[in-house]
Amino acid sequence: MPKQIHLAAHFPGVNNTTVWSDPASGSHIEFDSFHEFAQVAERGKLDFIFLAEGLRLREQNDRIYDLDVVGRPDTFTVLAALAAVTERIGLTGTINSTFNEPYEVARQFASLDHLSAGRAAWNVVTSWDAFTGENFRRGGFLAQDDRYDRARSFLQTATELFDSWRGDEVVADKESGTFLVDPHPGSFAHRDRFFDIAGQFDVPRSPQGRPVIFQAGDSDEGRDFAAASADAIFSRHSTLEAGQAFYADVKGRLPKFGRTRDELLILPAATFVLGDTEAEAAELAQQIRLAQVSPATAIKFLEQLWNRDLSDHDPDGPLPTVDPVVGENTIARGRASVRMHRDPVATAQEWRAKAEAEGLTTRELIVEVTGRQSFIGTPQTVADTIDRYVQADASDGFILVPHVTPGGMAPFVDRVVPLLQERGVFRADYEGTTLRDHLGLPLRTTDRAAAAAS
Amino acid sequence: MPHPPIHLVAALDGAGWHPAAWREPGARPAELLTAGYWTDLAQEAERGLLDAVTIEDALQLQSDDPFVADDRTDRVRGRLDAVLVASRVAPTTRHLGFLPTAVVTHTEPFHLSKAVATLDFVSTGRAGVRVQVAARADTAVHFGRRDLPPLDPAAVADGPLAHELFDEAAEYVEVLRRLWDSWEDDAEIRDAATGRFVDVDKLHYVDFAGRHFSVRGPSITPRPPQGQPLVAALGHAEVPWRLIGRSADLGFVTPTDAADAARLVAAVRTEQAAAGREAETVHVFGDVLVVLDDDATAAADRLARLDDVAGSPLRSDAHVFTGTPGQLADLLLEWQGAGLTGFRLRPAVLPDDLEQITRGLVPELQRRGAFRAAYEAGTLRGLLGLGCPANRYANA
Repeated sequence: MPKQIHLAAHFPGVNNTTVWSDPASGSHIEFDSFHEFAQVAERGKLDFIFLAEGLRLREQNDRIYDLDVVGRPDTFTVLAALAAVTERIGLTGTINSTFNEPYEVARQFASLDHLSAGRAAWNVVTSWDAFTGENFRRGGFLAQDDRYDRARSFLQTATELFDSWRGDEVVADKESGTFLVDPHPGSFAHRDRFFDIAGQFDVPRSPQGRPVIFQAGDSDEGRDFAAASADAIFSRHSTLEAGQAFYADVKGRLPKFGRTRDELLILPAATFVLGDTEAEAAELAQQIRLAQVSPATAIKFLEQLWNRDLSDHDPDGPLPTVDPVVGENTIARGRASVRMHRDPVATAQEWRAKAEAEGLTTRELIVEVTGRQSFIGTPQTVADTIDRYVQADASDGFILVPHVTPGGMAPFVDRVVPLLQERGVFRADYEGTTLRDHLGLPLRTTDRAAAAAS
Repeated sequence: MPHPPIHLVAALDGAGWHPAAWREPGARPAELLTAGYWTDLAQEAERGLLDAVTIEDALQLQSDDPFVADDRTDRVRGRLDAVLVASRVAPTTRHLGFLPTAVVTHTEPFHLSKAVATLDFVSTGRAGVRVQVAARADTAVHFGRRDLPPLDPAAVADGPLAHELFDEAAEYVEVLRRLWDSWEDDAEIRDAATGRFVDVDKLHYVDFAGRHFSVRGPSITPRPPQGQPLVAALGHAEVPWRLIGRSADLGFVTPTDAADAARLVAAVRTEQAAAGREAETVHVFGDVLVVLDDDATAAADRLARLDDVAGSPLRSDAHVFTGTPGQLADLLLEWQGAGLTGFRLRPAVLPDDLEQITRGLVPELQRRGAFRAAYEAGTLRGLLGLGCPANRYANA
């Protein structure tokens, strides 16, 4: 019996993967776009749709970054509305554990889970930057080293709130006049160095008990955090070898947290380009890459590594001869990727060597180093590749990121999904009603419920 | 029309505003946390051409005692986030406005601003928010970020804590409004020639710095369809009336009779003038809790029966009206004469008293020429005659 593949659709985000200049590109903010996107994904029987989040508009060179899509709706609110226009598909929202409070986030996810009849999922992300903190009354108070500690505490606290109702308290018996069987439902108390809260949670237990928990961290600490407490990982490792290494590493961490291999799904982000022939797909992929990396965008990427103003640099000429400015990145703010350049001078050397060896201009180099699409080919070869990766334990499926809003998933849904269904590795229809059902994850029973049942 | 039109809002809360409402034959107490329940109520309100619904909320369990938690097991307890309920229901309606309650004391204006803006996008221009302070110490402990003293019922309306919380609420609303304006309507340019998606000169830092917090901006969410979604607040005393006068588009007050209605309207107008907002439209609606039936005796009998089941007579901060839809129409028109521009009706029992409003009161008011025969505008601001607000940052 082959592994069943899990597939999700990521609503295109505020980065250069999204080609807003495409003639088919629609609004990123009108509800009609979200409605169409979700309905296409549900037509393909995908597991869930995924929304990212960023709580401050990105800046570069002290100005709001204007080359990519800018602006997005509130995650919870748009997911609640999508529950009205879809039936089965899961609704995954990215919510930051630094600029929120557990009581509020727990009641929002519990509410979303009720209102969607069990389709809510939470991608827990952390940040610490004072730049984003300027939008919040609590400010950017978190030391960088504290972010996983606070995230762990936040998730633990939220879990205690989700579990504070066992699920059998409300009987609503009109005859006897008993609404509740417990006079103190939802009681909780949590005290640690981040949260000191107590009282009664006000949302009764939701259909899934807890929302499905996603985690996206890639560091050693982030992997442990996910292995300890997540239901799924949203990873970046979409190639076969890197995927297998990540998969083996994270699944290998599960036993020390008392969990089995099938209790945590690994779902990398992946992009795709389809053509009627391999050559057509490759040609289209190159066109999309050039649209994603305009000359102006290439310079901005360059500045993110060089950490200095390079607005006069010629994108069609060679890389700069000056070295990057080492130290805190001050040129680009509100962007996670700049923190990945751990040794900018060495990276610049590698880029120069590559550009020289392959005869690449600055823009061509950026096109190369910022990544080609994960899956390029005919529907048949893309279906083959996805199936092969999943069966080879490079992942349990993929979170697909189309490059056009809102119709970008339609070619995949209409041409690749049927091939996977024919192979028997992807569902022909939804079998359950909740997202946990789709993902094959167990219902997380509460300690209290377990105690009550024993 | 013999009368200026009356605006009507239905106040939705649990199984209704009578504590025994959930035990009525038509009540659906096991479905209070389902989307279907709220969808049915909103669609009924829309069938009656109501301007909007409010949805109650609080960051704590319901209690019969407004000042402390109780441990009753014979009352509805537990609820959902009101903004999310509104968003879940909005796509199933086309004209009805939504005014979910949001607590401002413990929450982030940045988050609420984008949530209400998004509700406005989802509903294509029918969103607002009813802001509420949370003074109870046992609510503050749910957040652990501020200590509030035990609540003194005698000082609730006018003590130092009330002043502090409502001043903070006014700052909060100012931040909401600035963030809604922080994108000009034509900020998104998609200029292929220059590769720019937005014109950054049309995005604005709000740079709010008040006594209670500071917020930089701009919002991550573009300016919503209405520009400024509605802001509403309920007030029983001078301090909250000041918030209405300073910050709100719509105030809810709780008159006991026509003379009291005139007094409350005057009080809000005084605060409105003190805030320099005489030129702006600020609606003042009267809250009335309604027990309705086809004849007055039956309505009185219903209330008596509900009180009997509840074990005590109904108490409310709002006037409790018992009678026929026709008698209610008389009362509303009389109070309208005292200066109220509309009413927020709190159905004692859902859906029973909501249906009495939509199928009894509304036709009665229509016969008297005092209520719309069809929705005349596509947005909530339009229904309330509020027009399109200028952006405070445009041409700055």
